[in-house]
Amino acid sequence: MSSLDLARWQFAITTVYHFIFVPITIGMGFLVAGLQTAWYRTGNTKYLKATKFFGKLFLINFAMGVVTGIVQEFQFGMNWSSYSRFVGDIFGAPLAMEGLLAFFLESTFLGMWIFGWDRLPKKIHLASIWAAAMGTVFSAYFILAANAWMQHPVGYTVNEARGRAELNDIFAVLFQNTAVSAFAHTISFAFFTAGSFLVGVSAWLLVKNREKAMATSTLKLGLVTVMITFVMIAVTGDWTARIMTEQQPMKMAAAEALYETTEGAPFSLLTIGTLDQSRPVFQIDIPGVLSFMSTGDVNGVVEGINDLQAQYEKQYGPGDYTPNIPLAYWGFRLMIGFGALATLFALITLWRLRKNELPKGRWFLPAMISMPFLPILANSFGWIFTETARQPWAVFGLFKTEDGVSPTVGAASVAFTMIVFTLLYGVLAVIEFKLMIRAIQIGPEVIDTSELHEEVELGGDSTKKLTMAY
Amino acid sequence: MELTTFWFVIIAVLWIGYFVLEGFDFGVGVLLKTVAKSQAERRAVLTTLGPLWDGNEVWLLVAGGATFAAFPEWYATLFSGFYLPLFLILMALIVRGVAMEYRSKYGDEKWRGRWDNAIVISSFVPALLWGVAFANIVRGVPLEVQNNVIEYTGGFFNLLNPYGLLGGLVTLSVFMTHGAIFLALKTDGAIRERARVIATKIGLFAAVVTVAFLAITVTAYNDKLEVYGLAAIVAVAWLAALSANLRGREGYAFLYSSIALTFAVITLFSALYPNVMPSSLLETASLNINNASSTPYTLKVMTYVAVVLTPIVLLYQGWTYWVFRKRISAAQIPSPESGVLDFSKLPK
Repeated sequence: MSSLDLARWQFAITTVYHFIFVPITIGMGFLVAGLQTAWYRTGNTKYLKATKFFGKLFLINFAMGVVTGIVQEFQFGMNWSSYSRFVGDIFGAPLAMEGLLAFFLESTFLGMWIFGWDRLPKKIHLASIWAAAMGTVFSAYFILAANAWMQHPVGYTVNEARGRAELNDIFAVLFQNTAVSAFAHTISFAFFTAGSFLVGVSAWLLVKNREKAMATSTLKLGLVTVMITFVMIAVTGDWTARIMTEQQPMKMAAAEALYETTEGAPFSLLTIGTLDQSRPVFQIDIPGVLSFMSTGDVNGVVEGINDLQAQYEKQYGPGDYTPNIPLAYWGFRLMIGFGALATLFALITLWRLRKNELPKGRWFLPAMISMPFLPILANSFGWIFTETARQPWAVFGLFKTEDGVSPTVGAASVAFTMIVFTLLYGVLAVIEFKLMIRAIQIGPEVIDTSELHEEVELGGDSTKKLTMAY
Repeated sequence: MELTTFWFVIIAVLWIGYFVLEGFDFGVGVLLKTVAKSQAERRAVLTTLGPLWDGNEVWLLVAGGATFAAFPEWYATLFSGFYLPLFLILMALIVRGVAMEYRSKYGDEKWRGRWDNAIVISSFVPALLWGVAFANIVRGVPLEVQNNVIEYTGGFFNLLNPYGLLGGLVTLSVFMTHGAIFLALKTDGAIRERARVIATKIGLFAAVVTVAFLAITVTAYNDKLEVYGLAAIVAVAWLAALSANLRGREGYAFLYSSIALTFAVITLFSALYPNVMPSSLLETASLNINNASSTPYTLKVMTYVAVVLTPIVLLYQGWTYWVFRKRISAAQIPSPESGVLDFSKLPK
């Protein structure tokens, strides 16, 4: 493999891995903040129990999100130096803003929250989790604005002499509809992920007959979150898709046109390369699409792609402008499919819950256990689709991925770092997963109600034992 | 002041923040097993970092992001050039963060022992390598013009020259001393006593290597007179820190060692200016604040952002330090041998 292939794999591995933790962090931050607010307002200890229990799970996840995020800040320079030179004048700005506005907020106030139970007055302690949660959302906004610029570059001119793109309108970069819609869609999905996580964990506790009061509340909170965000995901998804069709028709062609052909013949699409395999595809009688298919050209399963390819060759010169079609097709479908499945499980559970009962079938527990994983898979496939279906472009229509790789970093170096990252990430995933399972099995801790009414002095009392220690 | 110079200063400020803050983090990490003997002591030591370390590390992320935004050529050349050292630092930071957060999930001695070793090693590696990296930047590295851009062509072993390694020893020993001083200020009982003794011992070694390093720096890799003065401030502040530590004035000791670190970064950046990465091969292949910088428009945008946000960040981060200002002693650690997720806590 060339250093280009390796650098792409490394980016894919480290980014997809990082993004397992990110949506949970964003969504859970707010849900935990909400639970703590409920406790602050009502004084009902079931909310405090839920805050501490889900807070613990949130932090196990957060640590992984933080450390894998560090790599992202430096990877552009390490493996993609030519890309960094070309886009740095524009792309660096949202990254720096993210650090200054979001990372400081997130890390400082989360530290206050973790160690602040006996150091901060209740109100300030509550405010610190809200501040940290806001930090995660700011972070999402800036990085999505940077990514949106790669999907649809705006607010720049190309300086041929310096060989780079130069910023001339920061507001266009930060607030173009590509960024706003991607943000709305991603944040909706983050809340959906956290809601599903709450549903899965709470339902498991209830099936095991534990913590009924708390788990019923958090189950309901999770289910409502899932249902509301499902609608938001659908609306923002439709919006995002329309913007995408207009700005990156090739990406939509890769996902959408193939869409009509799978029903009944899902596996034939994996072998698009041969005429025979694609025959069942032709049999599906969907008007309009069938006429596209009738060319009999294998690459032309969807004619739209060929047309676009021809158009791009005229526009950008000879070359292959077609992304990996099965990946785009399946990524798109799996994103929707896993999300829909989680929504279905949530809907059935919510329906039964109106009589204060849980669904009875043998499917219920496995379905609930799958709840935290389904949105994670949906997130991952959604991003795999978004990023791979933009190829061969790193910045659509402006800069190709193959031109972005660091010329001075050899394939051996990239292979080495990729292998070590992958091994380390693998080991950490096992550790994290085991801790998560154990924390859920142990369940919420017993709340010592005797200390609840004491007001904490700012800075805490150093004659007392600490509530939290590493 | 030109915006390019202003941003050169901002980048220096970010590194000052990073070295002063995560410097003691690293030092405490390296000394973890030396300064703390019992489980309760180790937990007390790590808890002094608990609410702070993540925020400290953000200074690095912002330094990286700001360099990308303001000097993309510097960001690209430096990070692709210093590929393996940077990779090692990233690995260490990943392991370190996880080790901090996960070590007390179980009370199991083996589990904790492994994470403690991980904390020592993953604090040692970046503490050493940042010095190696900065010394090489100041010394100049092989940069050549290839396809119209300035690329690093030196490879990994080129960085392991005597001056570079001396730089590594400087950051390692200075961070260790700075960490010991921080512990003396933030703990009580036996840890505090040990930390003060360690600060004196390593501090003297650090004084020797630092003075040697600065002497070489100002004479060999610097052409400005005022840099001699800056280097002298480093030395004086460092001796003041050691003396305050000896007299048991822990707050002053920490203040002076922070000043020494601040001026050490100022010395290096002043020696560099107006270059950001001088080429050891050819003057024209050096990266400087002009040929590495973003457009005036981008710098202007980022200036607004930095001027508005930096004071706010300093305010609330400083406030955290104030909230968590009280000393922590081993006696305050509740049931030191147990972990949050121990088997004993599983419901029967």
